Amino acid sequence: MPMTITEKILAEHAGLDSVSPGDLIQVKVDMALANDITAPLAIRVFNEIGGGSVFDRHRVALVADHFVPNKDIPSAEQVKFVREFARSHNITHYYEGGDVGIEHVLLPEKGLVLPGQVVIGADSHTCTYGALGAFSTGVGSTDLGVIMATGETWLKVPPTIRVNVEGKLAPFVGGKDVILCLISMIGVEGALYSALEFGGGTICNMPMYQRLTMTNMAVEAGGKNGIIEPDDVTRAFVSERVPGDGVDPVFLETDRDAEYEKVINIDAGSLEPQVAFPHSPANARNLSDCGKVALDQVFIGSCTNGALEDLRDAASVLRGRRAASGLRLIIIPGSPRVYREAVREGIVETFLDAGAVIGPPCCGPCLGGHMGILASGERALATTNRNFIGRMGHPESEVYLCNPHVAAASAVLGRIGGPGDL
Amino acid sequence: MVFEGKIWKFGDDVDTDIIIPARFLNVSEASELAKNCFADLRPGFATSVRPGDIMVAGNNFGCGSSREHAPLAIKAAGISLIIACSFARIFYRNAFNIGLPLLESPEASEGLSEGDVVRVDLAAGSIVRISDSTRFSANPVPEFMAGIVRAGGLVPYTIERLGGKTTG
Ligand code: SF4
Repeated sequence: MPMTITEKILAEHAGLDSVSPGDLIQVKVDMALANDITAPLAIRVFNEIGGGSVFDRHRVALVADHFVPNKDIPSAEQVKFVREFARSHNITHYYEGGDVGIEHVLLPEKGLVLPGQVVIGADSHTCTYGALGAFSTGVGSTDLGVIMATGETWLKVPPTIRVNVEGKLAPFVGGKDVILCLISMIGVEGALYSALEFGGGTICNMPMYQRLTMTNMAVEAGGKNGIIEPDDVTRAFVSERVPGDGVDPVFLETDRDAEYEKVINIDAGSLEPQVAFPHSPANARNLSDCGKVALDQVFIGSCTNGALEDLRDAASVLRGRRAASGLRLIIIPGSPRVYREAVREGIVETFLDAGAVIGPPCCGPCLGGHMGILASGERALATTNRNFIGRMGHPESEVYLCNPHVAAASAVLGRIGGPGDL
Repeated sequence: MVFEGKIWKFGDDVDTDIIIPARFLNVSEASELAKNCFADLRPGFATSVRPGDIMVAGNNFGCGSSREHAPLAIKAAGISLIIACSFARIFYRNAFNIGLPLLESPEASEGLSEGDVVRVDLAAGSIVRISDSTRFSANPVPEFMAGIVRAGGLVPYTIERLGGKTTG
């Protein structure tokens, strides 16, 4: 029976020859992930089940990235609880302090998530790893607690929506713009319950960091997972990172006659940079239609655009320039490795010269946690993935979403604009 | 499993913030959460629901955040089952996981009204209005998910399974 890549991965992990959309299956999980907010609840569920040992201490990743360095006493207590659990269970992949990066930047970078795997995380943006050709999705804490104990979970096989993207992207247009464009086309429930499979010429030519940005935001359209069939770009990315502990990537692709729920075609050749207006990621507009939107803060970072190449893109615009006076520019590298490389390449110096504040690798202001909360009436432009009401602070603040080139140019302009306006 | 109860009717896109507003999330005991279930949309709901009552809604029920507090509050308020046209993905999982069954039935979502009393057979996927014996069909709940609900949720279900493994 012809299957999509999503169906093939799920069938393989359920021990079945084939699966079809709608089937309820029990799958083996290759990597289970939680962060400092979701892990404490999951650990409590794990203990309720009877404690014991985790299903595999090498296949549970606990990443303290949201409210760190601990911003207050409750967050310090949460991380302490997770740390003690990690120690007592000898969890290999526990990250905090100088080892921590944003979970969805850290795991691909360390080769902890690989093509062909099933990755389940107590975080909605776990769907990011589909860029590598893995099946990955977010769940609640109860699900994750059970997975930590059993190494298995139940799933409903999603139907697949194929998104074909064709055309050569214009300068300063990337994966972020393509995914914002798609979400504005289909809406925040446009892919509810479904797999979003991206392909076509534009994706083939797209570097891995931009593919990760696209799959990261599959959940913003309601998708269960986002996925891209592995190709040479994937192989090159993975071969530099496989930890060599006997776990091998499995490169799968969709059968030519597999059935899709729907096929969406996007002509990206004429696509402009996109800016999502408050308060929905589906509110995207062309940069040229944005008008004059004055800004108080620009944030470059997050699991969506916190990779080294994202920082390079921003630095290419900021080099020799300064952020507008009165505007706060906050930049957070996605991981310690990204940070180190950015220092080595002189990117951090470019940012400092531009008047930016550089934060330690963590989620930072993305979820209104700390390090850049907005006051009432303030307006921020961010390279993040959500601009819901109050997402970065006061309920009467506003968040606009864009790519790193546009964020950097806007920081210099003091209003929303592109590198072409400088 | 068979349920019988009075219908509480809701519309489309009921989100988790409406089910349990964020300002009430400073506690996590289900009984406390239940007191504030639908506090803004339907004040008094929590005190008027009778144990066993059934909720009927439209499209995309439970959209929004992944908070498990939402299905916990509904269940602890006394609702035994939710029937809707469709459910948001993470809510769907979370509800079964905490032992609150859901049924997808566009027919029933359309045809049932507030106050109707219905009899629901979960395994068969049948919904019958008592007053005039009108029948509505739904996708039956798959056996292993019904098993999760019978056990009282994913935690007790998993304990049973793990227990079975060690003795078998
Ligand atoms: S960077 Fe933002 S979206 Fe990504 S994991 Fe952190 S809080 Fe969530």
